Amino acid sequence: MTHEAARLRLKTRLFAPVVVLSGVLGNYFMKRGMPAALVFPLDYITVLFRPYVALGVLLLILWLLLRMALLSWADLSYVVPVTSIGYALTAFAGQVFLHEAIDWKRWTGIGLIVAGVALVGGGTEARTFPSHPVETRQ
Amino acid sequence: MRWMFVAIVVAATAAGEVLQAAGMRRHGEVRDFRPGAIGRAMAALARNRFVIAAVVAMAVAFFANLGLLSVADLSFAVPATAVTCVLETVLAKYALKERVNWLRWAGASLVICGVALVSQ
Repeated sequence: MTHEAARLRLKTRLFAPVVVLSGVLGNYFMKRGMPAALVFPLDYITVLFRPYVALGVLLLILWLLLRMALLSWADLSYVVPVTSIGYALTAFAGQVFLHEAIDWKRWTGIGLIVAGVALVGGGTEARTFPSHPVETRQ
Repeated sequence: MRWMFVAIVVAATAAGEVLQAAGMRRHGEVRDFRPGAIGRAMAALARNRFVIAAVVAMAVAFFANLGLLSVADLSFAVPATAVTCVLETVLAKYALKERVNWLRWAGASLVICGVALVSQ
């Protein structure tokens, strides 16, 4: 492995968990702060000022920006499966914080996701396209 | 009706992600994470036509997803739209010219099967 490939692999392995965690926590806080029903159109605006929902929105904005940064140096075909580990973490969060049951089907699904992430994350390079020499090239 | 929403969500999500990847590749690797540099990068991205088109496509996907959730259960919506994972891998290979080896195909296929099971 070249020095450049090793640098990108390390950078990606440090960055991808932050992307995944911000997405999982953003969705969790959105769900926790959301009322049972949004009846009137204005409710869709006022709900954004509830503390947990506001925190969730901020985390999801962070998730979007971090994911865009990740895509600036890593392949889409690498980022999509690797960040899918968020589905498995969301299921875990549901069990731990919301006491939702995880049956054998969900455990199997979590196992398949983890295996898929391990195959792509551990077995392939983060980037297969040539890099640009200048950061803000347009 | 719900399959029409699924088709819109899948197509718009895949288009948005591919456009976002193309836009970020055009922008170049983000190396500097200091506030001033992030501000300059965001100003540059706001003028990047691929990123603008990606935002439009993702907005379409968001509202189509809301429509889908209004006519279908979450346990149907999530696995039905998880097919974007494979579609994006196909587009990454042919539109973005990424080298997608068998490990990536296998990984994407395992993830889509896993998502289908987890969301039931």
